[in-house]
Amino acid sequence: MSAPLAAYLAEQENKSLLRFLTCGSVDDGKSTLIGRLLYDSKLLFDDQMAALQKDSRKFGTAGEDIDFALLVDGLEAEREQGITIDVAYRFFATDKRKFIVADTPGHEQYTRNMATGASNSDLAVILIDARKGVLTQTRRHAYIASLLGIRHVVLAVNKIDLVEYAQSVFDGIVADFTKFAEALGFATLVPIPLSARYGDNVIAKSGNMPWYSGPSLLDHLESVDVETALAEQPFRLPVQWVNRPNLDFRGFSGTIVGGRVRAGSPVVVAGSGRTSTVERIVTMDGDLDVAVAGEAVTVTLADEIDISRGDILCAPETRPEVSDQFAAHLLWMAEEDLLPGRQYLLKVGPRTIPATITALKHKVDVNNLERLAAKTLTLNEVGYVNLSASHPIAFDSYRDNRDTGGFILIDRFTNGTVAAGMVDFGLRRATNVHWQALDVNKDARGGQKGQKPAVLWFTGLSGSGKSTIANIVERNLFAHGRHTYLLDGDNVRHGLNRDLGFTDADRVENIRRVAETAKLFVDAGLIVLVSFISPFRSERRMARELLDTGEFIEIFVDTPIEVCMGRDPKGLYEKAKAGAIKNFTGIDSPYEVPETAELTLKTVDAAPEDLAGQVLSYLRGKALIP
Amino acid sequence: MTVPQARISHLRRLEAESIHIMREVAAEFSNPVMLYSIGKDSSVMLHLALKAFYPSKPPFPFLHVDTTWKFREMIRFRDETAKRLGLNLLVHINQDGLKRGINPFDSGSSLHTQVMKTESLKQALDKYKFDAAFGGARRDEEKSRAKERIFSFRNAQHAWDPKNQRPELWRVYNTRINKGESIRVFPLSNWTELDIWQYIMMEEIPIVPLYFAAMRPVVERDGTLIMVDDDRMKLRDGERPEQRLVRFRTLGCYPLTGAIESPAATLEEIVAEMFTARTSERQGRLIDSDESASMEKKKREGYF
Repeated sequence: MSAPLAAYLAEQENKSLLRFLTCGSVDDGKSTLIGRLLYDSKLLFDDQMAALQKDSRKFGTAGEDIDFALLVDGLEAEREQGITIDVAYRFFATDKRKFIVADTPGHEQYTRNMATGASNSDLAVILIDARKGVLTQTRRHAYIASLLGIRHVVLAVNKIDLVEYAQSVFDGIVADFTKFAEALGFATLVPIPLSARYGDNVIAKSGNMPWYSGPSLLDHLESVDVETALAEQPFRLPVQWVNRPNLDFRGFSGTIVGGRVRAGSPVVVAGSGRTSTVERIVTMDGDLDVAVAGEAVTVTLADEIDISRGDILCAPETRPEVSDQFAAHLLWMAEEDLLPGRQYLLKVGPRTIPATITALKHKVDVNNLERLAAKTLTLNEVGYVNLSASHPIAFDSYRDNRDTGGFILIDRFTNGTVAAGMVDFGLRRATNVHWQALDVNKDARGGQKGQKPAVLWFTGLSGSGKSTIANIVERNLFAHGRHTYLLDGDNVRHGLNRDLGFTDADRVENIRRVAETAKLFVDAGLIVLVSFISPFRSERRMARELLDTGEFIEIFVDTPIEVCMGRDPKGLYEKAKAGAIKNFTGIDSPYEVPETAELTLKTVDAAPEDLAGQVLSYLRGKALIP
Repeated sequence: MTVPQARISHLRRLEAESIHIMREVAAEFSNPVMLYSIGKDSSVMLHLALKAFYPSKPPFPFLHVDTTWKFREMIRFRDETAKRLGLNLLVHINQDGLKRGINPFDSGSSLHTQVMKTESLKQALDKYKFDAAFGGARRDEEKSRAKERIFSFRNAQHAWDPKNQRPELWRVYNTRINKGESIRVFPLSNWTELDIWQYIMMEEIPIVPLYFAAMRPVVERDGTLIMVDDDRMKLRDGERPEQRLVRFRTLGCYPLTGAIESPAATLEEIVAEMFTARTSERQGRLIDSDESASMEKKKREGYF
């Protein structure tokens, strides 16, 4: 390699990288600004330029000029509508630095995509239209940026040309924003007046604003120091994959997300508390003496200890917290509202476990950061919650480590990512609660009664015939000496669940309590009959997952709604149609038909006794009863 | 021996990110596959896979969707690479398309690509029931790619819904799918073309010789230099192959891949040439030039 080229490559290689995002309200000019940065720093290729000129004529909104937004708005729908829907990533480099910029959407509807861009950024450029000043969306984005741990902000007051480059306008906006941002704790906040369309103060200082003495945007981006010194944090290595090529090698592969490790370092497995020493740090290019945060490595340990995917190797003197309950901020990202009590999957690092939101402490009003009481979170709302995981996990506060403190929630049914979470702190040491191993167990209790305990879960519309059939089944079982218990929607609601109404959130809690109660009765060895409308698949699935395999028998009592309305034994449909009852299943609240029911009973033209007979023969077929 | 340092370099950071992604897929999916298209990006992706699981072998097979119109040198390189590294390499050809006589000359680039690449890929994914497939695409290549997640969800018809992508935060990837659905995974998302070349140089990764300048028989057709790679290429009136000093910035089906005139015969000359390049690499790809939204359209139909 020639010496000048080698030197050039070394220089390229040693450049630092800045990941930043542009955000702010719709039409504040985010995409235009990025287009301008790329264009003015001569990072557009000729063919890209030609395509841009063609597109500007076809879709452009800048008249005869080039519409730079079309460079980043890469989706057809975006170009047609002239808006940004999803985050776009662009890459550019100057003599001083490499940049990855996330251009994020301004519409409130797409806030989750803005959060996606923010989660991997170190700096946010928040744009403001000089004519409009600080808007709700400006505040929302500033708040979400701070929530996701961004410490450095540029306040880009754009379209300054449209207010005659007036200093008074700029100063007013800066004062407004600074007042709001005080509570957000940014380490740096640099306001810059600019015009993305004409390039003022983007690359070079503009002659149109002699009153402005600060840097141009690019000058600032090239020089701002955002290093977080991750390598100086406590050592954390979440294990992604156990590396076992043969019987003689057992390595643990993962990315170091905090601190550093050396061959010979003592380590502890967070959670189990088992300790060992790092023997080797293995890579294809040879063993390392030391590895630091950001590197993907494979380590071997001196001792054979039990470690699997999801465990975190850490430094013995600075361990993460271990708990099954913790407080966290949640940014809700799904169309479907958050339901306290519903079980979601929580993924933090390489670990995925079931978790439930046990309390929604408050939500946050993005206009003034006030805390508001709330029963649920809807799309793009931020709340502060307590979470309960199915078993203890290791984590850090998000403030200390994004990787061990940031998590997502996944809907168990749609598999969608419904929330981003930032752990605040653990609520209690999980080790205080132990399940007692008892000698007299479920099998023993069931055996005493000559049966295998199970839950017969009757689900269907109001008036479908659930309780009628369940009653016949129970009478028959009782007559044959079986031990049973019937949990019925109406009788439980008068006692145990007296405090619950009929909102979606309350329905979830209703079902959760019934399922937990059924589980206790199963543990007591009983055959439990549950007769509940239970309209949501995810709740029925939650009940199913509480029980052991084969214990949950879902029985869909399948009656068309017209038939149920005709029967209307309690006159409820009449009232619901008249609007006297809200959230009535089948009228103004959905019923999700079971897809995996063990039994489906079609009630039209069938006698309840025959349908009960089907249930009994199923139980005999599965040897639950003799 | 390494010197302790607080910050890892740009390329090491990209490398670590890609390795992290690959390990996540290996751990969470039951039947992943890595697409191997023989080009420079595939070569880098393969190299990263070897690193990610060392001393184990990559715990998944590799798949080449062969249109039967690749450069002969590519196929030779593919087979040598698989042999040298002991890879489990699957090759899939759309036999139905072959029977129908689909080819880039008579069928046109768009139908050829649709049948022999997109459809063929879907056939192979369905045949082996792969639930995750790595591709070597980068976000800097094209505008709709710049919008795509690293873990890109596809429905049971392999289609991408660009307006409804899962949020993707930090290094936490949602890998949950239902039966029949799949995820396309792009471990090189954040690499640029220059990063790829610098990494190839730094790591001394073998690549197909077509990337280096040599005298090759080409004809100029519709403003593009097409290499006459075999006798299936019918010459038009007045066309006569001539030997010119050319190389390729990207590789694909030879009738659809434009060569550039260049004397760059070594990696360092290629990188040096890149610093002064005025066109993007996809410019040489005839299948992309129809309209700027054509990539998105193809992706929604199941293209990588």
